[in-house]
Amino acid sequence: MRIELERRPSHSALFSILSPFIALGLTIIAGIILFTIMDKNPIDALYSFFIEPLTEVWSLHELAIKASPLILIAVGLSVCFRSNNWNIGAEGQFIMGGVAGSAIPILFHEWNSFLVLPMMLIMGMIGGALYASIPALLKTRFNTNEILSSLMLVYVAQLALDWIVRGPWRNPEGYNFPESRSFELQAVLPELLPASGRANFGIVFAILATIVAWFMMRHMLKGFEVSVLGQSARAGRFAGFSANKMVFFAFIFSGALAGLAGISEVSGSIGRLQPVISPGYGFTAIIVAFLGRLNPLGIFAAGIILALTYLGGEAAQISIGLPDKIARVFQGFLLFFVLACDTLIHYRVRFKFTDRTSSSVEGA
Amino acid sequence: MSFPEIIVLVTAILLTITTAATPLLLAAIGELVVERSGVLNLGVEGMIVIGAVVAFVMAQITGNAYLGALFGMAAGCIFSLLFGFLTLTLVANQVATGLALTILGLGISSMIGENYVGQAGAKLEPIAIPLLSSIPLIGPLLFDQNILFYLSIFAVFGVSWFLFKTRLGLQLRAIGDSHGSAHALGISVIKTRYLAVMFGGACAGLAGAQLSLVYTPQWIENMSAGRGWIALALVVFASWRPLRVLAGAYLFGAVTIGQLHAQALGFGIPSQLLSALPYLATIVVLVIISRNKRLTLMNTPASLGQSFVPDR
Amino acid sequence: MKKILLALSTAAVISLAASAAQAATKVCFVYIGSKTDGGWTQAHDIGRQELQNHFGDKVETVFLENVAEGPDSERAIERFARSGCELIFTTSFGYMDPTLKVAKKFPKVKFEHATGYKTADNVTSYNSRFYEGRYIQGQIAGAVSEKGVAGYIASFPIPEVVQGINAFLLGAQSVNPDFEIKVVWVNTWFDAGKEADAAKALIDQGVDVLTQHTDSTGPMQVASERGVKAFGQASDMIAAGPDTQLTAIVDTWGAYYIKRVQALMDGTWESQSTWDGLVDGILTMAPYTNMPDDVKQAAMETEAKITNGELKPFTGPVTKQDGSEWLKAGESADDGTLLGMNFYIKGVDDKLPN
Repeated sequence: MRIELERRPSHSALFSILSPFIALGLTIIAGIILFTIMDKNPIDALYSFFIEPLTEVWSLHELAIKASPLILIAVGLSVCFRSNNWNIGAEGQFIMGGVAGSAIPILFHEWNSFLVLPMMLIMGMIGGALYASIPALLKTRFNTNEILSSLMLVYVAQLALDWIVRGPWRNPEGYNFPESRSFELQAVLPELLPASGRANFGIVFAILATIVAWFMMRHMLKGFEVSVLGQSARAGRFAGFSANKMVFFAFIFSGALAGLAGISEVSGSIGRLQPVISPGYGFTAIIVAFLGRLNPLGIFAAGIILALTYLGGEAAQISIGLPDKIARVFQGFLLFFVLACDTLIHYRVRFKFTDRTSSSVEGA
Repeated sequence: MSFPEIIVLVTAILLTITTAATPLLLAAIGELVVERSGVLNLGVEGMIVIGAVVAFVMAQITGNAYLGALFGMAAGCIFSLLFGFLTLTLVANQVATGLALTILGLGISSMIGENYVGQAGAKLEPIAIPLLSSIPLIGPLLFDQNILFYLSIFAVFGVSWFLFKTRLGLQLRAIGDSHGSAHALGISVIKTRYLAVMFGGACAGLAGAQLSLVYTPQWIENMSAGRGWIALALVVFASWRPLRVLAGAYLFGAVTIGQLHAQALGFGIPSQLLSALPYLATIVVLVIISRNKRLTLMNTPASLGQSFVPDR
Repeated sequence: MKKILLALSTAAVISLAASAAQAATKVCFVYIGSKTDGGWTQAHDIGRQELQNHFGDKVETVFLENVAEGPDSERAIERFARSGCELIFTTSFGYMDPTLKVAKKFPKVKFEHATGYKTADNVTSYNSRFYEGRYIQGQIAGAVSEKGVAGYIASFPIPEVVQGINAFLLGAQSVNPDFEIKVVWVNTWFDAGKEADAAKALIDQGVDVLTQHTDSTGPMQVASERGVKAFGQASDMIAAGPDTQLTAIVDTWGAYYIKRVQALMDGTWESQSTWDGLVDGILTMAPYTNMPDDVKQAAMETEAKITNGELKPFTGPVTKQDGSEWLKAGESADDGTLLGMNFYIKGVDDKLPN
């Protein structure tokens, strides 16, 4: 049996809507099999994964906290990817944003002003954007593959953060433990509704970024430029767009959002700089970007769903004793099914049972 | 220190370097073939860790480390098929799928290995090649090693010969450079890429087997500890040339081990800087090779990371 | 209708059973790693199992694995606090601030944070005087090493690790005043390959005893291949080196967990800053093996002296690495200095990374 794809003349509206549900259905079937093998009640497990985290208000706050960095980064990446620039170093830009923004509350910790927080956020965005512009510069000046250079820079950023919190920015009152001093109140991103949970302004930034990116891609010339250059650099040139400028725009845009996510996380959720500030958000966000099909609104939904599986995995650990490993495998299944099902939007899938005819001849 | 003592010390250091370099070399040479065919599989880390756990578990069950390594290789290969199916048959994005493969691999491997953590296990013993192994320095280093070391060296020269001296190798490179043209020439793009991805998976599986059967003969969760990412960096550092991967892997091994020796001798060097060096070096190499258009065209697979669907 | 009634009554029975079970004290654990990591987290999980076995039905234990430091840990702790946990153990240094934040919100729930230094009305900090075991190890090393040099595989330059290095050296110098140690920092708690490489490098440079402040058995395997002696860490590693391991520092958190849960049940739980040692059973020494009888005898004597408080490892005269005096003869270091220790004593062949 062979599987062949046939490109649809235009993308299928039907499958655009159906494919996430097909993926979810397949994931649930796979989940039932997996949980049954592990001797856990599949209904309980699925309930813990997808429903339980949504049943309490504090848990919704937590969902917002977990989803906002993923959404912020992924929205930036979607614009970058749409322009056919492959920034996979958002993890590094996230870290550098966190470091740059933290400079103010760490180095000038006695400075108490309403300006502290806005400046931190701006510094964070600048930090992320500058770090992202390195691969952009290398790509435009030296034709260097940006996938690889941006990936390498992630490790450099991780080590730089490690060095700075163990060395120059170590908390002088912290018994020589590797962490910076904790931020004063004026440097902490405020909570939205402190009475019901600890979600902070990070989710507001995520919503704003989603709307801005959506509006730009949909209604602004810049968005048109992104799509045209992304589909064909040649066509873009005829339209008078500069591919090189686009490289910088794409990297700086995505880097700034990753940096904003970084400083929001450090300021809002952690409250100090420590050797590790991200459990891989920059990489997970790449998956989120694709789960959301590079569309800001889709990404918002994808970010929430992925965050839900993290919270659900914990809920399942506590309520039915489902090991953490199984939760991660289940999450892996979900990712694979969604990636696979999206093929249906642009292609017809045909199963061929006859003898194969040489595809090369057909193609020629 | 007398001369024989120095020889002993140097041999010992070099042996440590080969052990550290072999898994990187195995994984990188596999990924090199994958990338030469125009496919970017970022799931190396996941495939290594699957290879490591299966190799160890099967070695424990069968009591034979060679069978274990064989199973580890097969497991890496089968696991890579998942990536292949998604990216080649269903044309899903390679970057996202590769990352998802790593997440899944880390999860599945800790599931499989749960009951094997901390067990002492069978390991791959060195095979001494008669006569040659008694040469000082070179003997113990090159001719008294385990099978995976021999395989890793063989793979480098084998891949080099395959890519540049065989018809199939030429076709594979043609696909990597321009899958459209290769397709027009009647080369089966998808089939060749499947084979390349499977070879990459098998090599990563062997790299994993080296970790759990040679390097530290036991199963530990996440025991690949980032080596898959280093292998990815090495492929670029080597500008997609097999012999340079060999050099790169050993250089990397030497830096890592040399760093430890420098510390033991009492030099204080900021370890983060040393740890960052390989990545910075990779970027520099990347810039040097890519600023020269001719060199780039010769070595970099131009269609790297792009999906291919035959038009009809 | 009948079915619904039946279902309702079943539900009632279940909820009755549930409320009966609620009499059990719920004790919860947050882990940084996987419970089968063979190192730090596994030691805590063994402690949890001992706690469960000790109290049987009277306690219910729950845990969360692989919880990253930062917001993830705050969420995990809060989830526990909300789900009826009465006592929550958070077992990684980086959980310190999140533990305090959640504790503020849930004043009725008790919290215990491992290896940190902050406390609150309902937050205790607890730690183990690992360095006591290291002093004994050092003494053994001083006696069995022919070359008078030990190799030390260290993780991160934090006070706990620096304490260990200094205590080990003091123990060794109590037997052999010229004893030296070579330190290699691997910047990881757990990477068997890298730890093994460090062990090889140290052995190649001529050390004949190895000790480690990292958690995998990689170094033990290398030591046993190369025929040098070594000390285990965190758990008894005798399986990895039956002819190699001299002894090991075994983290036995179970004793502490049982003690604290008992206090909670008795209503005597109070916030405190605990730094337990050999005397409290929070760490134990694995059997002394692979050494001459007199060395074994001496080690057991030292262990007994530390346990009954007769011997404090950090007692003067001690000179710092830079030659200045740290402790005068007979003077013992206070806990504050030890907790923030960031200097070497004389005889360490290394510069402390800053």
